[in-house]
Amino acid sequence: MPNLIHDPLTIPLDARSKALRRLIMDALLAAGRGHVGPAMSLVEILRVLYDDVLKVRPKEPDWPGRDRCILSKGHGCLALYAVLADKGFFPKRELQRFCADDGILGGHPERGLVPGVEASTGALGHGLSIGVGMALAARLRKRSNRVFVVLGDGELNEGSVWEAAMSAAKHGMSSLTAIVDHNRLQSYGPVTEVMPLTPLAEKFRSFGFEVEEVNGHDVDALRSAFGRLPVVEGQPSAIICNTVKGKGIPPAEHSVAWHHRARLNDEELGAIRAALGGK
Amino acid sequence: MRRTCLNSVHQLARRDPRVVYVGSDPSPGTLDDMKAEIPDRFFIEGIAEAHVIGLAAGLAMEGFVPYVNTIATFLTRRCYDQIAVDLCMHNLRARLIGNGGGLVYAPLGPTHQAIEDIAIMRALPNMSVVVPADADEMRRLMDQTLDWPGPIYIRLAKGGDPIVSRETDGFEIGQAILLRDPEDVAIVACGVMVDRALAAADLLAEKGIGCGVVNMHTIKPLDVATLNLFADRVRLIVTLEEHTGVGGLAAAVLEALSDRVHVAMPPVLKLALPDRFVHTYGSQDGLLARFGLTPKSIAATIGRVLARDSKRVPQPAFA
Repeated sequence: MPNLIHDPLTIPLDARSKALRRLIMDALLAAGRGHVGPAMSLVEILRVLYDDVLKVRPKEPDWPGRDRCILSKGHGCLALYAVLADKGFFPKRELQRFCADDGILGGHPERGLVPGVEASTGALGHGLSIGVGMALAARLRKRSNRVFVVLGDGELNEGSVWEAAMSAAKHGMSSLTAIVDHNRLQSYGPVTEVMPLTPLAEKFRSFGFEVEEVNGHDVDALRSAFGRLPVVEGQPSAIICNTVKGKGIPPAEHSVAWHHRARLNDEELGAIRAALGGK
Repeated sequence: MRRTCLNSVHQLARRDPRVVYVGSDPSPGTLDDMKAEIPDRFFIEGIAEAHVIGLAAGLAMEGFVPYVNTIATFLTRRCYDQIAVDLCMHNLRARLIGNGGGLVYAPLGPTHQAIEDIAIMRALPNMSVVVPADADEMRRLMDQTLDWPGPIYIRLAKGGDPIVSRETDGFEIGQAILLRDPEDVAIVACGVMVDRALAAADLLAEKGIGCGVVNMHTIKPLDVATLNLFADRVRLIVTLEEHTGVGGLAAAVLEALSDRVHVAMPPVLKLALPDRFVHTYGSQDGLLARFGLTPKSIAATIGRVLARDSKRVPQPAFA
């Protein structure tokens, strides 16, 4: 038996995961550019959050009682856009105007422009502190909404993430969950070479989080992990999702060359279509 | 001024449930009264400025009005990305209170001297920058900070500075105060330099030079209308600030004047700190004297410049 927690590559994608990836590819091809790998590793994380976990109202994106979800690794926004469009926050046709001069969907997500985007991100290491502030606000207002912050593993290089982690623990923020898209590749190369994070779970634990590790492409496992939050009452939670950069796009999987891509050739497009189905 | 400012935060918090105080690692006893009375809106977040700004942004996104307070250099330099992205890009109602603007922390050396804070704060879109002249003006400013749209950087002086502002002049963010009508000269000053401008104007008056004084407490948005009232009537405009000559009050004034493309530039004398880190210690007053910013030096420099061709304005001679 493969160890599914640590072998997310072996998990097959179901029809919904493939359909969301096709939406991403449509946007990417319309714009001729985009962060492919960082979006593909996120799809199941965001899909499960928006399908099964977050209390949100797509037609009322500013509903005060909503759960807040911040995509701190803003460069993964294509996955967020696909999920938000699929949930009805905005029409799917917007995806065709990704990075267009008259579009609302930029190469990094902007609050106020995109319905459902809680914070403008793109500069890494900002989301967790904003999330702590939002969680404090909910506490002050005696609201029960929760805050989820999705971080990249490369993003954890930023010291500000750990400043925020200390604060979340100090405030006993059980309403706050940090979700790490641990795809093991950052822009230049493997995380283990650029800036090793090991032991990652122990790092979060030592900063006062309760931690769970999960296969980040296993929809059932994600549902189960997110359904048990907070891991421990009175403490913030961290869910480390082991993922594959470029998951579902064979030439992009585990490839730093696909961190950001433009102008795909016919061979690559053929491989993508074969993998994802659809048109 | 600092005590007045922080006490104002407490008073504002009493009357408005949106007000939150966020400090990093301030002196013991800071705002103890507020902490005792409104503990749930009093946060000490540690020596983590980037996080402090992000946390304030999260609170502000949810409708709170956070007043963030720490030493000015750390508040502006350390977390610039967070200020730019989290506060300014989102155009949030957060208020940054920078302790020790200018050379207040003279004995502590250049890590603590905020000599370019105005420049880097005013460079950010949506940010307003206010430099009150004294504690009374600080109180009047703080009353207006609750509902001002967008982030504000508030530069604090040392405290115990002479009161030069007047209740009767009122206070509006973005509206300069004419303390003395410009005649031959107009000194445009901010912060504690307003007091020095008034004293220099007295010295110039003794020599028969009519010198106006403008309290330009808001560097951004700059009160261009008031500037235009006298810009073309005086022989010389003098900008006076406890900040380097790069990007601060002088730059704001010069940019506004140069925006009047069809009008000739009036002569402007820039009195400021030199563009360098200060590696000598002593006191704020001592350093200001070293850089030619005592009332006597200010008046003497203005007198020398006026005595020459006002079309060709030399730079002041710094020690």
